[in-house]
Amino acid sequence: MAARTATAPGTPTTKLGKTAYELDDRIIVAPWLRRTLNKVYPDHWSFLLGEIALYSFIILLLSGTYLTFFFDASMREVVYNGSYAPLRGVEMSAAYDSALALSFDVRGGLFMRQLHHWAALLFVASIVVHLLRIFFTGAFRRPRETNWIIGVVMLVLALLMGVTGYSLPDDLLSGTGLRIISAILLSVPVIGTWAHFAVFNGDFVGEQIIGRFYIVHVLLIPAILLALIGLHLLILVKQKHTQFPGAGRTEHNVVGNRLFPTFAAKATGLVFVVFGVCALLGGLVQINPIWLWGPYNPAQVSSASQPDWYIGFLDGSTRLFPPWDINLPGDYTIPALFWPTVVIAGAMFTVLALYPIIERKLTGDTASHHLLQRPRDVPVRTSLGAMALAFYVWLWMSGGNDVIADKFDISLNAMTWVGRIGIVVVPPVVYLLTYRICLGLQQHDREVLEHGIETGVIRRLPSGEFIEVHQPLGPVDSHGHGTLAYGGAPVPKRMNHIGGARRAIRGFFKPVEEPSQVEIEQRGEGRGLAPGESDRELTSSGRPVDGGRPQEPRD
Amino acid sequence: MSTRDTRPGSTGGADVPGPLYGGPDDDYTPEQLAAMSREDLDRLGAHYDGVEILHVDPGPAPGSTMEKRAVRQVGLVFALAGVFAFLFVVVYVGSGWFLPDWHWQITENGWSALFTPLLGLTMGLAMGLVGIGLVLFTKKLLPHETAVQDKHDGSHFDRVTAGATLVGGFHNSGLARRKLITRSLGFMAAGLGLMLIMPLGGLIKNPNKGNPLGTTEWAKGVRLVRNDGTPIRPGDQQPGSLETVFPAVPGGNRQADAATMLIRLRPEQVESLTPRQGQADFAFGEYVAYSKICTHAGCPVSLYEQETSRILCPCHQSQFDVTQGAKPVFGPATRPLPQLPLELDDEGYFVASSDYIEAVGPTYWNRERI
Repeated sequence: MAARTATAPGTPTTKLGKTAYELDDRIIVAPWLRRTLNKVYPDHWSFLLGEIALYSFIILLLSGTYLTFFFDASMREVVYNGSYAPLRGVEMSAAYDSALALSFDVRGGLFMRQLHHWAALLFVASIVVHLLRIFFTGAFRRPRETNWIIGVVMLVLALLMGVTGYSLPDDLLSGTGLRIISAILLSVPVIGTWAHFAVFNGDFVGEQIIGRFYIVHVLLIPAILLALIGLHLLILVKQKHTQFPGAGRTEHNVVGNRLFPTFAAKATGLVFVVFGVCALLGGLVQINPIWLWGPYNPAQVSSASQPDWYIGFLDGSTRLFPPWDINLPGDYTIPALFWPTVVIAGAMFTVLALYPIIERKLTGDTASHHLLQRPRDVPVRTSLGAMALAFYVWLWMSGGNDVIADKFDISLNAMTWVGRIGIVVVPPVVYLLTYRICLGLQQHDREVLEHGIETGVIRRLPSGEFIEVHQPLGPVDSHGHGTLAYGGAPVPKRMNHIGGARRAIRGFFKPVEEPSQVEIEQRGEGRGLAPGESDRELTSSGRPVDGGRPQEPRD
Repeated sequence: MSTRDTRPGSTGGADVPGPLYGGPDDDYTPEQLAAMSREDLDRLGAHYDGVEILHVDPGPAPGSTMEKRAVRQVGLVFALAGVFAFLFVVVYVGSGWFLPDWHWQITENGWSALFTPLLGLTMGLAMGLVGIGLVLFTKKLLPHETAVQDKHDGSHFDRVTAGATLVGGFHNSGLARRKLITRSLGFMAAGLGLMLIMPLGGLIKNPNKGNPLGTTEWAKGVRLVRNDGTPIRPGDQQPGSLETVFPAVPGGNRQADAATMLIRLRPEQVESLTPRQGQADFAFGEYVAYSKICTHAGCPVSLYEQETSRILCPCHQSQFDVTQGAKPVFGPATRPLPQLPLELDDEGYFVASSDYIEAVGPTYWNRERI
């Protein structure tokens, strides 16, 4: 073979390698591919929340496409003649008829419908939790404000996806939801009736709305969402990830795993786990059994009619808002319904979207940040976030106040008043509590840095006084006080966090590793940056150099 | 042949590649690269991407107990995932073939009731186990490396040169001087923008034409009928009861705003009956009829508690007192439920003596004006 090597040394000899060379000859992907494979991703569980949202969206696209093969988004009146006996002979819309057929007459259709619904709930939930993580760790700060705003827009679109989606089956529950949407549209001052007639093509309910919601649900919003997801990820890759402070981590680097193979394998694993969880829920946990609700009839409603969880807060605000129509001169009216729906939702999402800009204005902090903050270190933001969350959760609970009143045998009117008073009182209280908790946690960090970890060892001094021996985390000054400064990273609070005990030998029934090996591994970890150590890094790398011996506080 | 093209290409000139990118290809000859180990090449490439491998914790030693155990675990998990995937296929394909039928009947609690749960269970376990296997594989068998990548800030050089190109191109266009073009461009853009959104005008309908929001199918002499179409006579209902009635017109029971509650009050309720101003003759004896569509958000108010004379809307808990002209007594509703004026026709059945005198359903901007 060597005789005909006119090719450069090092060219591949395997079939796979040759194919790769052929490919790179044509489209030159090697530099891009290498850069991609080498990209470093920080390793922290909370960075997976956004991924869960992405993967549920993929599940939604797949299952949703399947559902479109069978769903008929038409409000044409038909008489049901499918397999579900109790509804046979009942007049209903073709949409409800086809949704029933999907549930009973398509093999595995009910499973797909429920999978789609569960994935939708998970989609919104993971977006919200992802948003909370970003908020409380300050990841939205410059240069990431744009991505924050894109995220908030995607959250709103996700809610619209939910609303247009659960309105489609045209059962009694979704029709009731449509009726309320119609009332909200009508409540908008000046343009309300015009907007309603544009959306519904006339008075409620008309014959168009399901078809219109359908195209919005399956084409318009998904297309916008896809584009925004692409943009969100593009900006993310361009700006690189944020990371929590820790040894070796600076504003100018990212410490973690390279994409290939570690991160890729974990992310792929997560895709499958998310899919698996949705499939388990979709098969085992019934959701929205539309055949029990019956077809939509404007004269009927069932008690405890509630929207999907993510719209619950608006249902709650609508229940709590007092009956305050505003009558204007000229016999014009601003309906009370306008405030707890359009105004509250609009204000909440506007403030949310603009929060990075508001915070930048208030704090004057215009610097770029790539290191995250611990919530306790930014007590005002954390308390504001907790306050907003309390407001949201209180509204959300009030959206089910009839169920609470029923199950706990409380007066319904009392529940409404609890909601009305609580929505004013609870958020400020939560603000104050969170603020105190943040300060307390900060102080405890400082105390451990100064005095060391409580060892639980009690010593009696010659004078008869009892003291607890403390383990300093680093060098101490002449008074026995630690000299380490707080670095924005978790401070070890127990002896085991700093290797006071060796980690357990692995093996369930019998040891599967040599104790001596564990010892060596432990010594290696002392150098810092070892995997698994990242969440308990000290302010400087690894174990203290001196001051390693238990000390008595002398001051 | 008067001209001769001397550029490289079909007619002449030397067709040679331009200089290489420089950098790595100049620094490392193929021979040098061939002499390096795979690990060195990996690190070298990573170095060019701004990545340093700080620390590698190798996976379990080949042949060690740890490795064997981990391989067994991961292999078992993947195999189980395959088993469940095949089980899904068996359940999906086999039902109605060699397994019982999957079509669910409401009377049945056998295989068909298990079909959907089994699909979910098998697919969920198959997918979930693949995920768990991958995570186990990463955690137990892959080397754990810690890498650090530099974040590059923007380059001043890039900004200045890119800016120069951009501004230069714009400058060459001369648009800053040629005002006529910019003005006509602006005019054109406004026109085009408007033109392109014009077709949306097809969505617009006048909500005030014919007052569709303020009128229903009720009219003088229209009978009150039940959902099944039967008319109602006084005495058909027990005192204290409520019945949902519809106008006796085709499709009356599917109208979104016509549903009405016919209530027969108990004697003590009749005593405390205080109708709204000017609506004293809307009731017929102990019978009153109110719109069923909530004045708050349009849900049908449905729950009637005759002891307290209250009607509750289950959507947002507005409560209306039927003895006080269905005025709202609690919750977010602001207006009473409109009352339908009642009378009897020649045959002694209930009919409306007119349409509702106000708009039924949720409040809107110009409701009071029509």
